[in-house]
Amino acid sequence: MTFASHYGYWVTIFLAIAGLYIVVARGNLVKKLVGLSIFQTSVYLLYIAPGKLIGGTAPIVADGFQVYSNPLPHVLILTAIVVGIATLALGLALVVRIKEAYGSIEEDEILAAERGD
Amino acid sequence: MKDYLVLRVVAKILIAFMLLFALYVQFHGDFGPGGGFQAGVISAAAVIFYAIIYGLPAARAVVPDWLVETMLAAGVLLYALVGVAGILLGGNYLDYFVLGADPVAGQHRGIFWVELGVLITVAGVMLKIFYVFAGRGSEEEPPS
Amino acid sequence: MMAVATVAIVVQRNLFAVVVLAGAYSFLMATVLVALDAPDVAMTEASVGAGISTVLLLGALHLTQGMEMKPLHRPILPLGVAVVTGLLLAYGTLGLPAYYDPQAPIHTHVVPRYLEQGLEETGVPNIVTAVLASYRGYDTLGETTVVFTAGVGVVALLRRLRRRDGKGGR
Repeated sequence: MTFASHYGYWVTIFLAIAGLYIVVARGNLVKKLVGLSIFQTSVYLLYIAPGKLIGGTAPIVADGFQVYSNPLPHVLILTAIVVGIATLALGLALVVRIKEAYGSIEEDEILAAERGD
Repeated sequence: MKDYLVLRVVAKILIAFMLLFALYVQFHGDFGPGGGFQAGVISAAAVIFYAIIYGLPAARAVVPDWLVETMLAAGVLLYALVGVAGILLGGNYLDYFVLGADPVAGQHRGIFWVELGVLITVAGVMLKIFYVFAGRGSEEEPPS
Repeated sequence: MMAVATVAIVVQRNLFAVVVLAGAYSFLMATVLVALDAPDVAMTEASVGAGISTVLLLGALHLTQGMEMKPLHRPILPLGVAVVTGLLLAYGTLGLPAYYDPQAPIHTHVVPRYLEQGLEETGVPNIVTAVLASYRGYDTLGETTVVFTAGVGVVALLRRLRRRDGKGGR
């Protein structure tokens, strides 16, 4: 009983942990940003999936439907998606500048260049 | 890219549809899924598509830099001014029900202008970021 | 399938393949969101995640390099930390309410009011737009400002100052 009702949470946790692992364990800056965006999408799932009711429909009021899925997480996640891409764009701009300043976007090479200076 | 005939023809048809779809999503956001953000991103994607097929200078000729930069700020300003209009007409900041003859019409008007502001800013930002990223690459090459 | 795409992103070292996989992942996420009765969010996630973010990543890859370096040492400790964190979180979710439970707290506080009175108070059938633009209009104003700030930030970071001799400055 627990498995079927909580399965969605565990999928979300798997995606979040995968994103976290990419950010922590990989040295390439662009890949870290992709991992960060995977983590963010897992958070969208965390918010929206519990809002769905079985037999419900999208939260647009129309005749013939009584049960609606919860619209509040949709609003929060709409904002979160747009802010996420703003963060990605800023991160990528920083990566481009780092490449021009250090000649590499690998974390190990950048740290070595810093230590060498 | 503009030497590929199939891409050019398909692009010409698709870009018109994309812009129309963006406007549809924007104005129909009250009755179906949609709204300002989606419409802004779709319309920016249409112009980016044009830039990819026909080249960045062609896109810059159609949607120049000063227009994009103005769009960035104009949307946020429009949103804030709708709020100020709420104050001037007697309510609190961002009250919509004072904007029209009866509260529901006021809500309609407020939501319309607010979503338009969101559309303008989001489209402007996405397009500007693309211009900056794409323009930087081509300026890197030194003139021979 | 999303788990497969994620594992592939972790393992792949060719960054172009990573970008394509990330686009596929976004599309899969959008499909899942449609199945969860969230068409607005699905449309935004599909257009933003699979459209704009792929274009930006490709643009950034064009300006930097295309392959990831081989890691210098085996990442055993991060893998262990990630797995332990995941297990702890999974243990924590046992206390959360079950999915699809109509009596869960998120369905009972302020949402019934939005759903029942949203149409009469705002005249807009799409409750998500009504909440976004009217009931929670301040949040949307803040978000538009955040997007504007991000645009300004990117321009400030990557704009070229034109010097008199025409060469790009730093």
